[in-house]
Amino acid sequence: MSFIFVAFAIWMASAFLCLLSGKHNAFVRIAGPAGVVLGSLAAMVPVITVLFSQATLLFSCPWQMPLGNFFLKLDAISAIFALPILLICPLAAVYGGEYLRHYEREKSTAKTWVMFNLLVAAMFLVVLAGNGMLFLLAWEIMSLTSFFLVMFESDKESVRRAGWIYLVATHIGTAFILILFALLAHGSGSLDFDGFKSAGYLPVTAGLAFVLALIGFGTKAGFMPMHVWLPEAHPAAPSHVSAIMSGVMIKTGIYGIVRVLTFLGPAPSWWGWLLVGVGCVSGVLGVLFALAQHDLKRLLAYHSVENIGIIALGLGMGLLGISYGNPVIALAGFAGALLHVFNHAVFKSLLFLGAGAILHATGTREMDHLGGLLKKMPRTGLAFLIGAVAISGLPPLNGFMSEFLIYFSAFKGILAASWSFAAGSLFVLGSLALIGGLAAACFTKVFGIVFLGEPRTAHAAHAVEAGPFMTRVLSLLAIACVLAAIIVPFVLPALGAAIRQIPGAGDCVAVQAGVRSAVQFALIGAWSAAAFAAVFVLLRKILFRRKSVAAACTWDCGYIAPTPRMQYTSSSFAEPITVFFEKVLRTRRKFVPPKGLFPANASLSTETPDISREKMYAPVFAGVERLLAQFRWLQHGRLNLYILYIVLTLLALLAWKLR
Amino acid sequence: MISLMYILMALLMAPFLQGIVNRTKAFFAGRQGQPLLQSYFDLYKLVCKDAVYSRTTTWIFKASPIIGLACMLAALMFLPAGPYPALVHFECDIILFVYLFGLMRFFIVLAALDTGSGFEGMGASREVFFSALAEPALVFGVATLARRAESISLSGLFGPAAACALPILALVAVSLFIVFLAENSRIPIDDPNTHLELTMIHEVMILDYSGPDLALVLYAAALKFWILGALMVNIFLAFIGLDGPAVIPVFAAGMIILAVIVGIVESAMARLRFLKVPQLLVGAGVLSALAFALVLRLNG
Repeated sequence: MSFIFVAFAIWMASAFLCLLSGKHNAFVRIAGPAGVVLGSLAAMVPVITVLFSQATLLFSCPWQMPLGNFFLKLDAISAIFALPILLICPLAAVYGGEYLRHYEREKSTAKTWVMFNLLVAAMFLVVLAGNGMLFLLAWEIMSLTSFFLVMFESDKESVRRAGWIYLVATHIGTAFILILFALLAHGSGSLDFDGFKSAGYLPVTAGLAFVLALIGFGTKAGFMPMHVWLPEAHPAAPSHVSAIMSGVMIKTGIYGIVRVLTFLGPAPSWWGWLLVGVGCVSGVLGVLFALAQHDLKRLLAYHSVENIGIIALGLGMGLLGISYGNPVIALAGFAGALLHVFNHAVFKSLLFLGAGAILHATGTREMDHLGGLLKKMPRTGLAFLIGAVAISGLPPLNGFMSEFLIYFSAFKGILAASWSFAAGSLFVLGSLALIGGLAAACFTKVFGIVFLGEPRTAHAAHAVEAGPFMTRVLSLLAIACVLAAIIVPFVLPALGAAIRQIPGAGDCVAVQAGVRSAVQFALIGAWSAAAFAAVFVLLRKILFRRKSVAAACTWDCGYIAPTPRMQYTSSSFAEPITVFFEKVLRTRRKFVPPKGLFPANASLSTETPDISREKMYAPVFAGVERLLAQFRWLQHGRLNLYILYIVLTLLALLAWKLR
Repeated sequence: MISLMYILMALLMAPFLQGIVNRTKAFFAGRQGQPLLQSYFDLYKLVCKDAVYSRTTTWIFKASPIIGLACMLAALMFLPAGPYPALVHFECDIILFVYLFGLMRFFIVLAALDTGSGFEGMGASREVFFSALAEPALVFGVATLARRAESISLSGLFGPAAACALPILALVAVSLFIVFLAENSRIPIDDPNTHLELTMIHEVMILDYSGPDLALVLYAAALKFWILGALMVNIFLAFIGLDGPAVIPVFAAGMIILAVIVGIVESAMARLRFLKVPQLLVGAGVLSALAFALVLRLNG
């Protein structure tokens, strides 16, 4: 436990030092990331211990707050969610140190490092908290610090707007969590999590609590339709911040759901179905909206929605496995979901950091302005490619392994005796397959348009490779994508220890062997393809011995003067799909057709705004505003009348007290 | 031993099927047609040739044929032949099998975009769209077989079937046949004959390949034809419930008949309009889902 306090002390000290040394950018550039790295290293010690020994670390002492103690608890679930925090944040910080140099001429970076350190500490505290009050405090610090980080470029109007959307969304979510904890505390008489566990809630209360958790935590995690803040906030934030928000922070929402599940007793089947439904909607719509985007970071933000959907599918299959009494399905579903939490953290942060390197080199996030970057930025390109293969769930990388487990549970569900469960599993399989196909389409588009072909504008033509720290961080994350696939069979016991805590999943551990052998074979099979490829590389060398290799222009069917403008763009690449799903996407087109014999002006621009924001939130918020506008006369700016309000309120309170 | 023999058979015979398809088409067109072994001659000729690369391309373009062929070789390891299990089989190997095709496609599409050509971009765009729709149909079909055979390993799917399973197997076979045609860029989804039309998918994506690289691409495509085709022949074997050493020649004959059927379809039909292709693929998924519903009814 002492290491944890050391870690918090380092993060706080680093934040404090950055705060004091406001203008000394050179100092802040070292002190900020160093604090994150050292703190995370210190905190890693107990987390690794817990993961391998499957012990639980506890710390408890009385504090000023009502209903319970200051209670820290590091168990297997906490450790699994803490691992990506402690792994990704330091890498993002090292990257950020170099990334932010670009901005140092214009503004002080000290504040962002204060917030960054606090954010890491707050996220870690969220997964450690063993008490509702402490959890909410950490949750709120996490939301606020990330809000300030998003607002780094607050001189831009778009950034301010994104920041506000995020702030409002996250607080709506927090409101639901507040009600959730009040409900749970009402049943148990204390805000301690251990109290929640032993309270034994009525089915109605438990169901209500589950729905509240799904909305409250789902807002942070980014379930459709509560995801509206993601596509706004992620593009607005600096890239290393987007990386930890999208890769790590949204997973605290998943953590919240898993943690609440441990309180509520055995899950009835409708919880599982609800999660599966939410997962399908988030997954399919997330990837569809991603396909329709041409802003690179916005596209990646929608992919977070998709991956959160896949995680929800895994959790849903896990719950269904419990309620239909099939521990293999439960184990594979939960294990797949938990692994995907980690894997998504790795490849999504890799992709966001890669996007940051592109933005840094070219000054634009617009994919249709890029192209040919693999030649200018070979290391970034290779790392990005590995991330793209991983996020598409393709073998032999880590994304495949976690999706394989979720597929495994769904295929087991196919064989279930209950026909409704079997049909539901088929639905899950279909969604996963569709998501997989569309994700591959989306990432061939990203990599193909951004890194391959010829540069479409001067921005891309003059790009240079990112700095040494940035490229090294990217390479490390790419290696992590490979390693995270290989270690899957070895981490199953640690996952089992976490899954066992979910009520009804106690007998999951006994069936581990079957799942484990399937995973091992899948791993071997997938890597045998890689081995074949390695052999073929040699074969190709032999084939090309004594052969002349000529370089020429791309063959464009006899056309003699191809220009970069003739290439396919990201919009044209995705066009067949976006047209097919037009009813859902509602892409807006502005088309000026060419006119006359010598057309001078013709243009086409497309935009795909978020459907739930336009159709759901905008009308609701407009309605609220109309309602509240009727009370505007109360606020007229006359101070004497304001004082009168205060006096009247005090009198009313006095009268009420004297009554 | 037998499973190794099947792999060897696939590696040796895969290009032969192309010859059968072409001969069938020639027969229907009243032509003499190419020699049956023309594909082998083509491959040999290409291997001996020099190569030309576009200046736009990167290492992705050279890596893609290798990765594609490696994926097909790996997929071959999971492919059973009737009642004989594959070289490697384990629970849920189906997903690895399906995703190896995904990996191959991912790199072929990237290689197409690597050339920066508008034509190849167009082919790539269509390829990813159609395959995204074909994938659920393929998974539905395999899941139906899994429920019927009560096994989730590819090698367990094709055990002998009861007579009442005929409509189920027929539905799945039709659905998988559509997926097979789509994945192999055959009529009515794509036309493998003409190169330089705006209507192409697969052929246009590999437009810039030459020499040994093209040979690798073509050979991998031939293997893909064999592997996906073998799924349907296996369904047929499951239906007639054959066992013992007779399976080997029957399997080989089945592959040849399948190639003839493809040739007949290609001679008798025109390519569909592109806007109709998604409907066909969604229809294939619906057929498989229907078959699944039937399995649920029959098996309880």
